[in-house]
Amino acid sequence: MKKYLAIFLLLIVGFYLIQAFNLVPFGENRIGNVEDESTVGAFYLKNTVPKTSVANVVTAIVVNYRGFDTLGEVTVLFLATTGLGSILFRKRKHGEEEERVLKESSQLVRIGSRLLFPFIALLGIYVFIHGHLTPGGGFQGGAIIATGFLLMLVAYKNYRLGHGTLTWVESFAGITFAGIGMWGLITGGTFLENNAFSGLGNVNDLISGGVIPIIYIAVGLKVAAELTGVLDILLNIKPNKN
Amino acid sequence: MVFYVVIFSILALLLVASGLYAIIQKDLLYAVISTGVISLILSVMFYLLQAPDVALTEAAIGVALTTVIFVITIRNTTRFEDEEDNSKVK
Amino acid sequence: MFGDYQNVVTMSVYGSAIALILIGLYGVLIKKHLMKIVIGLSVVDSGVNLMFVAIGYIKGGTAPIFSPSVIDKNVQMVDPVPQALVLTAIVIGFAVTAVALSLVIRLYKHHKTARIDQIKSLKW
Repeated sequence: MKKYLAIFLLLIVGFYLIQAFNLVPFGENRIGNVEDESTVGAFYLKNTVPKTSVANVVTAIVVNYRGFDTLGEVTVLFLATTGLGSILFRKRKHGEEEERVLKESSQLVRIGSRLLFPFIALLGIYVFIHGHLTPGGGFQGGAIIATGFLLMLVAYKNYRLGHGTLTWVESFAGITFAGIGMWGLITGGTFLENNAFSGLGNVNDLISGGVIPIIYIAVGLKVAAELTGVLDILLNIKPNKN
Repeated sequence: MVFYVVIFSILALLLVASGLYAIIQKDLLYAVISTGVISLILSVMFYLLQAPDVALTEAAIGVALTTVIFVITIRNTTRFEDEEDNSKVK
Repeated sequence: MFGDYQNVVTMSVYGSAIALILIGLYGVLIKKHLMKIVIGLSVVDSGVNLMFVAIGYIKGGTAPIFSPSVIDKNVQMVDPVPQALVLTAIVIGFAVTAVALSLVIRLYKHHKTARIDQIKSLKW
């Protein structure tokens, strides 16, 4: 009985959603003429390359025009890791060792994963260093590095992650991001202002865009450390054996 | 133009089928893998809609990390939705 | 003939986004196992992100990156603002799913069951 009532309510919601989408035709040109700057999208498309010398418009929006929201998002990830660690907290009994996977992997998996891990980390670092020239950036590169760490954690039975190292990397990256913002307040006029130390450079160069690549490198390292911390906490729960 | 019509209709059908399978299936491991398939097809659709940054993010976070944390949770709770059917595990 | 193609593509992209939202909402409302509810929440996230990127698409546009081959020409580009929003939304959706799953594990360890119609006691 409850099932049919729920399906009926969902059909009503779906009907009104379809009516709303009829007002937004698919593929219609909604940003207008780029020269006129009549909408927000047109303003970003016209003014990104002259003012910031960054080729990837989405990177310029996420780091430069909306940089404060990225600071908030990085804080949300940090809070998620902390909350996860405190909900699943368990005092370690004396003499009990960690037992993560029950069976050791075969030799092929062990040697293959140790061979593959540096290349995965290199791909992740490449993706977030070139975030302002090609598709990519801090979040993507951080997730790729965390996947590399996951491979090592699953293949080896007693792979220890240095919790001190992870904490130091994460804190240092966070301080860099906030420090760049404060530096903008001290020398310029606004928080996170893009006043480069030696000029903005040409478009499509590796060193261009002022502080934008530096912020993305900090975000990439911080996201990688946080996601690795989440996986480490989740893999160390002692499963119930009933 | 015909290429876009064919690709979009096939992907949309697969998307809805995977979504239905993820909610209806009683074996939770199959449902979780179906959620990974949804993320994968979504990543291809993002690329076809000319958004490469979003496609990279969805592929890196949705397919690999979300599926792994779901599987770790299944390991620590039950595997089947009706709990008295635990004897079906081989 | 051109109108027919446009209709099919529109219906498949918008229709699949709306269908994903409704399927996920059904999972959150009806299902009784806690893991199914979290899976439903993840499906709703995917549907909403697809809806955002589909609204920003412009017919005949290309990706908003000024690479060396398009920097001096006047090509039509898609709207870059929804893509920046969806980038943030995907990461925050993952964080919410992770915290929800940790709550599920903790509840299971305490009550020895993961179905919400068998967790009757309010006292710890």
